[in-house]
Amino acid sequence: MAEDGRDELLGTDGDSEPLVAGRSLRNKGVEQGCSLLRRMEICVAEAEKRSGRNTVNMQEIFTVYLIETRSMEAVSEGHNSAPDSLWRRYSEFELLRSYLIVTYPHVVVAPLPEKRAEFVWHKLSADNMDPDFVERRRVGLENFLVRVASHSVLSNDKILYHFLTEEHGWREVVYETGFQAKAESRLRALSATFRVRNTDKRFMDMKHYSDELQSHTSQLLRARARVADRLYGVFKVHGNYGRVFSEWSAIEKEMGDGLQSAGHHMDAYAASIDDILEEEEHYADQLKEYLSYAEALRAVCRKHELTQFELEMASQDLISKKQQREELATGIVRTFSFKGMTNKLFGQEAPEQREARLKLLEELIAEGEDTVKEKTVECQEHVERAWVDMQRFEEQKDKDLREALINYAVMQISMCKKGIQVWSNAKECFIKM
Amino acid sequence: MSGQTVPVDYSGHMLDLDEDEDLEVFSKAPVADGNPMPNSPSSMVNQFRLEEDEPQDVNAKDLFITVDNPESHITAIETFIMYRVLTKTTRSEFDSSEYEVHRRYQDFLWLRSRLEETHPTLIVHPLPEKFVMKGMVERFNDDFIHTRRKALHRFLNKISEHPILSYNQHFKVFLTAEELTSHRKQGPGFLSRMGETVRAVANTVRGLKSRPEEFAAMQEYVDDFSNKICTVDKVTQRIIKEEREYLDELKQYGPMYGQWAESEGNLAEPLKAVASCVERCGKETEEHAHHLSEVLVPTLHEYILCAETLKAVMRRRDHIQAEFEAKNEALASRKSEQEALQEEVDGLSDRMEGSNEALKGDWFRWKAGMRTDLKSAFVSSAEKNVDYYEKCLAVWESFLLSQRAESSDQQDGEDVS
Repeated sequence: MAEDGRDELLGTDGDSEPLVAGRSLRNKGVEQGCSLLRRMEICVAEAEKRSGRNTVNMQEIFTVYLIETRSMEAVSEGHNSAPDSLWRRYSEFELLRSYLIVTYPHVVVAPLPEKRAEFVWHKLSADNMDPDFVERRRVGLENFLVRVASHSVLSNDKILYHFLTEEHGWREVVYETGFQAKAESRLRALSATFRVRNTDKRFMDMKHYSDELQSHTSQLLRARARVADRLYGVFKVHGNYGRVFSEWSAIEKEMGDGLQSAGHHMDAYAASIDDILEEEEHYADQLKEYLSYAEALRAVCRKHELTQFELEMASQDLISKKQQREELATGIVRTFSFKGMTNKLFGQEAPEQREARLKLLEELIAEGEDTVKEKTVECQEHVERAWVDMQRFEEQKDKDLREALINYAVMQISMCKKGIQVWSNAKECFIKM
Repeated sequence: MSGQTVPVDYSGHMLDLDEDEDLEVFSKAPVADGNPMPNSPSSMVNQFRLEEDEPQDVNAKDLFITVDNPESHITAIETFIMYRVLTKTTRSEFDSSEYEVHRRYQDFLWLRSRLEETHPTLIVHPLPEKFVMKGMVERFNDDFIHTRRKALHRFLNKISEHPILSYNQHFKVFLTAEELTSHRKQGPGFLSRMGETVRAVANTVRGLKSRPEEFAAMQEYVDDFSNKICTVDKVTQRIIKEEREYLDELKQYGPMYGQWAESEGNLAEPLKAVASCVERCGKETEEHAHHLSEVLVPTLHEYILCAETLKAVMRRRDHIQAEFEAKNEALASRKSEQEALQEEVDGLSDRMEGSNEALKGDWFRWKAGMRTDLKSAFVSSAEKNVDYYEKCLAVWESFLLSQRAESSDQQDGEDVS
């Protein structure tokens, strides 16, 4: 997960350890082109509850997130000036992302943290208002902004800049871009089935890979939740030892003290699982990010299929129009047409009519040729740009997920160390029995 | 009811007793031939007290018994398991220094009932149960036999460590006789136990005049202890169950990393490594659950049975007291036969005193043993837990090491290029 610059520079929140890859990701983002992140430090600092009326005029409670920005100059000069800030709610982030994926279809756009808690192990709250969920979402939103702002292409977007700097009127500006029309057609295209003749094999392989990534991450998340559930059970049962040892110690003379203190350690052991599993949710979040990324990757591949399809359609159309022109010009009917039929039945049309039709056709053909040129360029550009971005994505994914696995190991190690401590203590107590 | 103190015969013959008679066979001096220990109850108590303060010197142990080699025996009528009982000893009462005999579960039952009859208020270690309640498919599956054999071994060793019981003649016969069936008479032995139980229950229902304070305290302790130890056992079983379910999930979870690795390039190596780590931790979990089953559960189970034994011992003690009190009352109300009655009452009084002292002494002994056994089992379990976490720690640390080596390789590569 991209590390928030805040930890390093503001140094407020002490409980998250800077992750190696996070740091290097940030640096990498900064090096690539003139990314926004280089000029400006971004963080999602807080979350607050608000109430208001929604679109159907019903009272609702929602959470807003405080986005703080600060220019890098101010930071490096050591000015302790207050950052600029504004509040945004989740739906606005969604709108931003919608805009970005429509406007930059060749980019594998970073996903947002999940809308609803999924892959929940049973003791963890599935409630959107739960403070732990809100906190993890805050982190996820910050991660999204940092990723987007460090992307060489996306970081230059005006709408993004506006999102970060102007609280009011942003929605209207986004809608004015007219992206919504494109958004709808994109959605339709994503789910449509069409036959494409020539696709770039790399893209088809990538699409296949995105399916694999999605399947594996979701399976893993589900299994992990079940494991967490079971582990929770093992730890919590030890709490019963705590209780019975305490009761038992009351009837024993020599054994009493040892039993009593051992019981306390059993209680501590049982209680320790809550923090352990809460910590593990961060790992789950990292997996979830790439589960969502898989979808974004797939969309880029689908876009290729779409542009290729449109190109093929345009080429087909041009060819058939040219054929029609040839038939009109030479009078030889090679292909079936109603005109040809009616000509046969009702006699040839007048030369003036033919002229008019030829002229129209020429215009259409000229248009068609432009269209084909356009589509060819579109297709080619998409292939080139998307390929570059998919490479970037792949590198990022390898690094991030490897980092996530390392984090997972670190968590396991921490859990083992706690276990060693508790049971060593318990052993000492038992020895004193 | 015969009021005479019946001289106890320890040569292995059953006493000829009517079924109606009080079938408690007891003695003030529960010693076998040639026992060097003094006979009076008070000195017995001192003996016990000494043992509580000074732990029994291991070098003083002169009787070593093992139970092993369970073998299936199939006859026309039944199938049963024979266990080999090996004894090594330097005791002079034994003609030889080594014995090998074969015994079946029934033989152990016989031995224990003889010991209890001979010493009704001593705490005789329990035997493993006849049947296992919870849905056993085969009577003689390997786990069952393994558990039973261990418990039988424990039983004989506990008896051999007992300062009084280990000198019991029946015990010697059990360890040495080639054929036990001639020594076992199915008659009064079993019936006497049944009779005693019924009578003992009846007597406690009737209630005593007053239980001496120390025994009242003992009874209360036994009831509480029984509850607690049962609870600890339940909790332990539950932990094992939860751990096994956790292990089942791990077995599904781990391989998923490996499956994912198949569609990856650079990520394949760390993913496969994680899969391997999860698998190894799974193995450790399995071992841990196994250890709990092998060490802690049998010990807890033993002490659950001990608690029941203690309850029975207390009932028998109560019964002995009740008998004395009943006779004593009769003495007070009857005018005739005063002399004969007086004799009876004296006898019962002596018997009561003896039983009480025997129990008091054995009680300290038992408590010390319980403390040692349970402490050892808990310490061992705690150690196993530490061991488990240390092993898992090593697994994940080696993964981290491998990843850091990888990344430094990559960095070197980058520097070069």
